[in-house]
Amino acid sequence: MKDATAIVGIGQTPFAKRLPESEKALACRAILRALDDAGIDPSEVDGFASYTMEETDEVEVAKSIGAGDVTFFSKVGYGGGGSCATVAHLATAVATGQATVGVAWRSRKRGSGGRPWRNTTVQLPTPAQWTRPFGLLRPADEIGMLTRRYMHEYGATRDHLFNVALACRNRANQNPAAMMYERPLTREMYMTSRWISEPLCLFDNCLETDGALACVVVSADRARDCRSRPVYVHSAAQGLPAQHHGMVNYWTEDPLRGPAWTAAQQLWKHADLCPQDVDVAQIYDAFTALVPLSLEGYGFCGRGEGAAFTEGGALEIGGRLPLNTSGGGLSEAYVHGFNLITEGVRQLRGTSTAQVPNAATCLVTAGEGVPTSALLLRS
Amino acid sequence: MTTAPTGPPETGLLLPEPDDDGAPFWSYASAGELRVQTCSDCGRRRFPPRPCCPRCRSFEAEWQRMSGRGRIWSYVVAHPPLLPGYAEAALYNVLVVELADDPAIRLVGNLVAAPDAPLGSAAAGKLRIGAPVRAVFRQVGDGERLMAVPRWVLERP
Ligand SMILES: [Zn+2]
Repeated sequence: MKDATAIVGIGQTPFAKRLPESEKALACRAILRALDDAGIDPSEVDGFASYTMEETDEVEVAKSIGAGDVTFFSKVGYGGGGSCATVAHLATAVATGQATVGVAWRSRKRGSGGRPWRNTTVQLPTPAQWTRPFGLLRPADEIGMLTRRYMHEYGATRDHLFNVALACRNRANQNPAAMMYERPLTREMYMTSRWISEPLCLFDNCLETDGALACVVVSADRARDCRSRPVYVHSAAQGLPAQHHGMVNYWTEDPLRGPAWTAAQQLWKHADLCPQDVDVAQIYDAFTALVPLSLEGYGFCGRGEGAAFTEGGALEIGGRLPLNTSGGGLSEAYVHGFNLITEGVRQLRGTSTAQVPNAATCLVTAGEGVPTSALLLRS
Repeated sequence: MTTAPTGPPETGLLLPEPDDDGAPFWSYASAGELRVQTCSDCGRRRFPPRPCCPRCRSFEAEWQRMSGRGRIWSYVVAHPPLLPGYAEAALYNVLVVELADDPAIRLVGNLVAAPDAPLGSAAAGKLRIGAPVRAVFRQVGDGERLMAVPRWVLERP
């Protein structure tokens, strides 16, 4: 698997609170742009991967873009936990000959289309019967519970969470495509903003976005002939830890040791690189608190040190680990983490709006707190 | 020991949607008993309930009665936007409580000022990780179904 495949095309639509087109039209636009970026004709596409929460399907997308005969298609569960796994599944399929040109995509009208937690009828009895009657209704409540415990155990503060929000916002302020491009954030704004679920405030929560993104995966051999500079899938992993319970991971022995730890073990085991070699990271940020938890899980610091890691500008350009350089889910767009993958590609092509000089390796992670996935990309 | 729920049912909240594994928990709750699924073969307690024991893989289980005492493991205070019913109760707290009988068993619930006091009745200043609490039961209803859910009051109010 190591370096056997590469991402050779990326594409996206605008990001906004409301876009007029359907999710299907947005998906097609993002996919066709990604294929054009790669210089590959849509009729050559024979593999697809997306999220189980994706509402446009392979049948509709394939016939709309004029794909050829499709021989591999896969969907990954657990919301934002599946983002990197879509690329991982394509990489596996291409490396084993199940497909030659794979497309991964996510199209979502989360900005204008309503909040999933408001739907009270489509809820799994497990684990919702143990949480929702008590008013633990939203992802912010579920992660807020773990955040409070994390702060209690390790002395993490709201300033640490602010460091995450600020780094993302600063990068968004450099990225004209970001929803928060012209909206700077100050510590005072953060500290006086309204609560959503204490200890999480408005700026600890990701954006609500309409938009779509896609990328194209081919073999390393094929990648050399593509229009754009290839970005190699050096290592890829999924993670579902023993006795894990999803976002409400309160029933495992150690709720703060999340799926990141499992994915990380697999990711590094198959890599020639270690955390110290990572030049830039795109870490899933539906909530600020997921970043310190992920920094620990992926081995950038020790257990309980993730909050302190964010101090002294560590996550800014020029810091120890520049983070979410397009603005991430907190400040560019929240499309279940797919924009973290495309930004990882831009960094390794040298075309980011907040370019880390000479970036050669990038870690991209999917949602922590749910069965997750991760990619280690290199140029 | 906990006691059977008293007072009129609280309305407007989501009722539990029990699955096959969880149904006994809610039946016992209606009788004012806090019981946890326990492996009949190796004695390991497990929550949420499931068909077989993750330690010894036995499908035989019983429901052990807990003392109802515990400690606050973590909590949030929910602010709008929220579902109707909850928006009216906001600001309200949600707890995770670890049971004194088995700290590995944790339950989501709410701290209330008294057994018959509504969601959101506990003062925010009373919330503290580690605070000892005990289970009480409150009836909740939606006009068609009547159930009881465990809630929590401070041992030392
Ligand atoms: Zn057993």
